[in-house]
Amino acid sequence: MRTEGGLWRGLTLPGLLWLALFVVVPAYAVVAVAMGQIDTLLQPVPTWNPLEWNVGFVKEAFTSVLPGGTYWSATRNTIVYVTVTVVLCFAIGYPVAYYIARYAGRTKALLLVLIFLPFWVSYLMRMLAWIGLLAPDGYVNVVIGWFGLGDPDWLNGNPFSVVAALTYGYIPYFILPVFAGLDRIDQRLLEASRDLGASPFWGFVRVTLPLSWPSILAGTVLIVLPMFGDYYTNDLISGSPHTNMLGNSINLLIQGGSQKNLGAAMVLVLMTILAVGMLYYLYETNRQERRRA
Amino acid sequence: MSATATKAPPSRPPAIRPSRWPSWLANPWRRPRFLAFTTWVYVAWALVPVLAAILFSFNDGRSRSVWQGFSTRWWWGDDTLSVFHDPKYTDALLHSLYLAGFDMLIATPLGVLLAIGLSRWRGRGARSANFLMLVPLTTPELAMAVSLLLVFTQLSLLPFTAVHLGTPAQVIGQVTFSISYVVVIVRSRLAAIGPEYEEAARDLGASARQSLQYVLLPLLAPAVLASMLIVFALSIDDFVVTQYMASSGETTTVPMLLYANARGGATTPALNAVATIMVFVTLVGVGGAYLILRWFGHRSGGDQGKAAMQDLTGLE
Repeated sequence: MRTEGGLWRGLTLPGLLWLALFVVVPAYAVVAVAMGQIDTLLQPVPTWNPLEWNVGFVKEAFTSVLPGGTYWSATRNTIVYVTVTVVLCFAIGYPVAYYIARYAGRTKALLLVLIFLPFWVSYLMRMLAWIGLLAPDGYVNVVIGWFGLGDPDWLNGNPFSVVAALTYGYIPYFILPVFAGLDRIDQRLLEASRDLGASPFWGFVRVTLPLSWPSILAGTVLIVLPMFGDYYTNDLISGSPHTNMLGNSINLLIQGGSQKNLGAAMVLVLMTILAVGMLYYLYETNRQERRRA
Repeated sequence: MSATATKAPPSRPPAIRPSRWPSWLANPWRRPRFLAFTTWVYVAWALVPVLAAILFSFNDGRSRSVWQGFSTRWWWGDDTLSVFHDPKYTDALLHSLYLAGFDMLIATPLGVLLAIGLSRWRGRGARSANFLMLVPLTTPELAMAVSLLLVFTQLSLLPFTAVHLGTPAQVIGQVTFSISYVVVIVRSRLAAIGPEYEEAARDLGASARQSLQYVLLPLLAPAVLASMLIVFALSIDDFVVTQYMASSGETTTVPMLLYANARGGATTPALNAVATIMVFVTLVGVGGAYLILRWFGHRSGGDQGKAAMQDLTGLE
C-alpha cells in the first residue's frame, strides 16, 4: 500500500511543481514588489526578505481605494457596476435557466447548445460585435432614431453601455451553473409541497428557490471574480477614465506607468477583497450543506 | 429528472378554479409562454450581435457598423488589406495557433497526471495539493498576469531569468491556467469510470502501475483528447495573460489585435474576418471535444449531451 501511495503522489509531482513555480512563486513576487522599494529610475526593487518589508505602498493602496482616495471612484464604479450586473444576470438568467431546466421539453437539447455557444465565443469578439452596433452610425442608434430618441453617445464613457456590456459578457457564466442546479432539483419535492397545500407562489419560494440558492451563489462567484480583474470591457466599450474600474487602475499602474510597486499593492488589495467574499461564500455553502444533512 | 415527474402533468387537472397566479407559477409543469418568450429573446440577444459582426466581415465598404453590400474583399479580394494578405492578420493568426499547439502539448499531460494522482492520493498534503490546483480557477486572470509579469521581470533567479517575455512566457502563462481545466475534465471522467475496472485488473494480478497503464489510461483516452481540444480553444481565446507576457509586435495574437484595433476608426472589416476565423477555430475545437465526450460518455443512462457540456464548462 505504501508504495502505491508513492505512485499517486509521484504522478502529481510534475503538475504540482509547475504550479509551485508559476503560481506560488509569482504570488510571492507580487508581495515582494508591493513591500519593496523604488529606485531613482522609478523602477521597482523587490524586497524578498520579509524582515525588511516596507509597508508604505500597501498602506497607500489601501487608503487610495477608500472614500477620498485617488482610486475611490474606481472602487465605487466596481462595486456599483458589479452589483447591477449581478442583479441583471439574475433577473435575465434565472428565468432562462428555469425554463430550460423545467419546460424546454423537445427543444431542451437545442436550447442548451444555444446558451452554451456564447460561452465559447471569444469575449473580445462579443465586445467587438457591440462596438459595431453601438457606433454613432450603428444599428442601435438607427432603431433609436425611429422613435425619435436622439443620438446617444454609447462608446465614450457611458456607464450604461459598460454595465450592459458586462452583463452581455458574463451572463453565460451565470446561466450554466444555475441551470445545472435547477435541473438537479427533484421535482417530486415540488409536487409534495403542492400536495401538502402550498400555493404555487410559496411552492416556488420555499422549495425551488432555496434548492437553487447554492447554484445562484456559485454563478455569482463565477462572474464576480473575473469582473474584479476586468479592464478590457471598459477599455473597449468606454475608453474613458470616468468609468474606470479597479482592474483598469491596476492595469494602468502595471502596464502603463512606472508605479509597479503601487500596482502590486493594489493587486493585494484586490485579493483581500475577493478573499473576504470567498470566505463568505464558503461559509454560506457549508451552512447550506449542514442544513440539508 | 425522474420519469414520474415528467408524466405528472396529464393526471393533474390544470387549475380547476380561475387562478390568480401567473400560469408558470400556478402549474409549474405547464408550458409557460412568458418564460419561453424570455428564453428565446435571450438567445437572440446573445447570438445576433455576434452573427452581425461575422456578417460585417463581408461588407463591401470600409465600415464595420453600416452595411454597404456583400463582398469578399476583406477575406481575400483585396491584395494588401484582406485578412489572408495583410501580414498583420496572418502573423497574429499563426502566432495564436502556434501558442495553442504548445499549450496543448504541455498542459494536457501535466493535467492528466495531476488529475489521476489527486483522485487517488489520500493523506497529508492532498488537501493543499487540491487547493493549489484550484487557485488558477479562482483568481482573476489579471492578478495571475501581474504576478507572472513581476516574477519574470524582477526575480533574478533560475529558472525565471531564463524565461523571456514573448513566446516562452506566453506559453508558460497559458499552461499555468490550462492545467486546472484539464484536471476538472479528467477528474469528472474518472468519477464516471468508477473504481470497478481497476479493481478487476488488480484482482487479476495487475500491479497498480499496470492497471494504470493498461486499464485506466485507455479508458481515459476520450477525456484526454477532449482536454487537448479544450486547452487549444482556451489558448486561442485567451487575452489577459497572453497580452501581459507579450514582448513585441511579433508576439501579437488575434485577441490582442482585437483589443488594440476594435475601437479604431481606420480599422477595416478585415478585423471582423480575423475574429470570425478565431471564433470558428474555437468552436470546431470545443465541438469536437463535446462530441468525443458525448460518444464515449460512460455515465449510466441520463443525458450524456448535458453531462458532456457540464464537463466542458468545468462545472460539477
